[in-house]
Amino acid sequence: MSTIKTAAPAQADISPVRPRWQTLLIRPETMTFMLLVVGVFAGSLLSPFFLDLSYILRSFTLYSELAIVALVLTMVIIAGEIDLSPAANMALSACIFAWAQASGVPIPLAIVIGLLSGLAMGALNAFLVIGLQLPSIIVTIGTLTLFRGLAQVLAGDKSIRVPEWFIGVDKIMLAGVPLPVVLFIVLAIGLGIVLGGTIFGRNIYQIGTNEVAARHAGIRSARIKSTLFLLVGLVASVAGIMTASRLGSVRYDIALGGELQMVLMAMLGGTYIFGGRGTILGTFLAAWLLVIVSTGMIVANVLPAVQLVVLGGLLIVAIIATNLIYSRTQR
Amino acid sequence: MFKKALVLGLAAGLAFASTAMAQDALKIVYIGKNTGNPYFDSITGGFVDACESLGCEFEFVAPATAEATSQIPFIEAQIQRGVNVIGIAPNSPDALNQVLDDARSKGILVLTVNGDITGNEQYRDATILPVNFDIVGRDQVEMVGSLIGYEGEIAILSATTEAPDQNKWIVGMNETLKADAKYAKMSLVATVYGDDQPEKSTTEMEALLSNFPNLKGVIAPTTVGIAAAAQVVQSRGIADKVAVTGLGLPSEMRDFVKDGTVKAFQLWSPYNEGWLAVHFALGVIDGSIKNEVGSTFEVPNLGTITINANNSINTQAELTTFNAENIDSFDF
Repeated sequence: MSTIKTAAPAQADISPVRPRWQTLLIRPETMTFMLLVVGVFAGSLLSPFFLDLSYILRSFTLYSELAIVALVLTMVIIAGEIDLSPAANMALSACIFAWAQASGVPIPLAIVIGLLSGLAMGALNAFLVIGLQLPSIIVTIGTLTLFRGLAQVLAGDKSIRVPEWFIGVDKIMLAGVPLPVVLFIVLAIGLGIVLGGTIFGRNIYQIGTNEVAARHAGIRSARIKSTLFLLVGLVASVAGIMTASRLGSVRYDIALGGELQMVLMAMLGGTYIFGGRGTILGTFLAAWLLVIVSTGMIVANVLPAVQLVVLGGLLIVAIIATNLIYSRTQR
Repeated sequence: MFKKALVLGLAAGLAFASTAMAQDALKIVYIGKNTGNPYFDSITGGFVDACESLGCEFEFVAPATAEATSQIPFIEAQIQRGVNVIGIAPNSPDALNQVLDDARSKGILVLTVNGDITGNEQYRDATILPVNFDIVGRDQVEMVGSLIGYEGEIAILSATTEAPDQNKWIVGMNETLKADAKYAKMSLVATVYGDDQPEKSTTEMEALLSNFPNLKGVIAPTTVGIAAAAQVVQSRGIADKVAVTGLGLPSEMRDFVKDGTVKAFQLWSPYNEGWLAVHFALGVIDGSIKNEVGSTFEVPNLGTITINANNSINTQAELTTFNAENIDSFDF
């Protein structure tokens, strides 16, 4: 009895340890997961054709390119920056790749050229944001327009065909799962480990929470952020070339508006737009949520206007919940 | 393991479902370019009436925007729904190739209706077009020429820069203007794109009028564009200076024709496209129509229809011209 009494004042300074179920419950990913479960139920109620794993996986491949980029974008947002250019990067690197192979460059070399161009686009963003200290939202709106414009200059209004054997990355199955989905899952696990389990990952959170403090603590924020922008650029070009293989042709307008979908995935997964918070798991779940909700409504022939309302409502719910959760846990 | 069992279970369920559905009416779906486009209401009307008279299930779906890839999830969804016929107004001449292939490999009859995937015809079974699209450009030039006395500056207000049909007609217009001496005194000064959005089309039309003060005529080969152009001309009261024509819907253009803003414009009957598509699809499926170039079949109200080169089927031989005299007899 007396031991408890004496221990009590000492414990008053630190917050009581939350029960495990409570810390789990207040994580934003939990909400994403619950919405996902609700989405699956709603989808199967809306249409008898929805609940078919192979159909859902096939539908996911249509969004997989954007989802793959969204994973990396999540890390950029956690670091307190934003990149709105990756969808345009996808189009430009796909156009450069397709243009190169159409003018006689062997496909493997054309892929390398495409990837390098994606990396170069990431480097341009990094230079403008970190080198010149410009706000990333303005910079990447600019490069978004620039990349899309260059893609149109290169490809014009025409499509560039890719050879028959290169078509169909989404038809390659590993254990019944399309290759793009496998890539997404593998990348999510990899980045999840990097972000959650390494010093590099922890530094990203510290930069996003308070960059000045992080720099004073000896974290090389410029180098880390540059790495992230380069990584987004590279992964976007991978996604662009995958899109080329899925569609069989390349146009300047592939993934048009895709940047919004990517940001939507990160936000739905509980990533905080001002940085410092968020997880790969959240974006991973949110990508599935988006696919489940969209395909659930499309296969039920729900009017597109209603679909937009539902998706918009979902995002607002997610943002309100994320902010509530963070403000309650902040002390 | 669990996943596999789930897939197997679902597959078995689906197999059962599809055999059960085989006795039901055939399912036909028409995928439009985008929603909010009144042109498709008329095509859909033809589908609905034909399905009512012949006994099939029909649904119309369309994505919110007319981007090249926005129809792909909709095609996937219809494959999953197990429809028998997909009619589609394609948003891209080639981005849909792979998914249309998937649909056809599942035994779905794929028809492009009111637009074709030019250059990739092997990815659909047949196309249903209102008229032979090769002559649309020529007829439109003749139309605007007759309105402006075959003399002066003209401009084109089109849909999107990549719209395949419009681009084909614009090529036809340019060729006609160059080749035919009758049009030697007419000069095409600009081709602009309103993206099939009323606001953008209005802005582009305003810009045309201020950039080319001597403009005599505007061809808008798109229903959204011609309505926007007519609106601008009407509100500025310059109908006697600038002749607006193109392809429009009688229902949308009626007031402009009645008040003299627009003297004449052209189109075909979109309704007949839907009507013909259903008759053709059901005939092909039950074996009474052979989907081969040169074969013919009868369609109520339309007469004898011939399958032309590239499995292309037209509902009428020439464009219909609408003017103050006849516009009241059309209700689409």
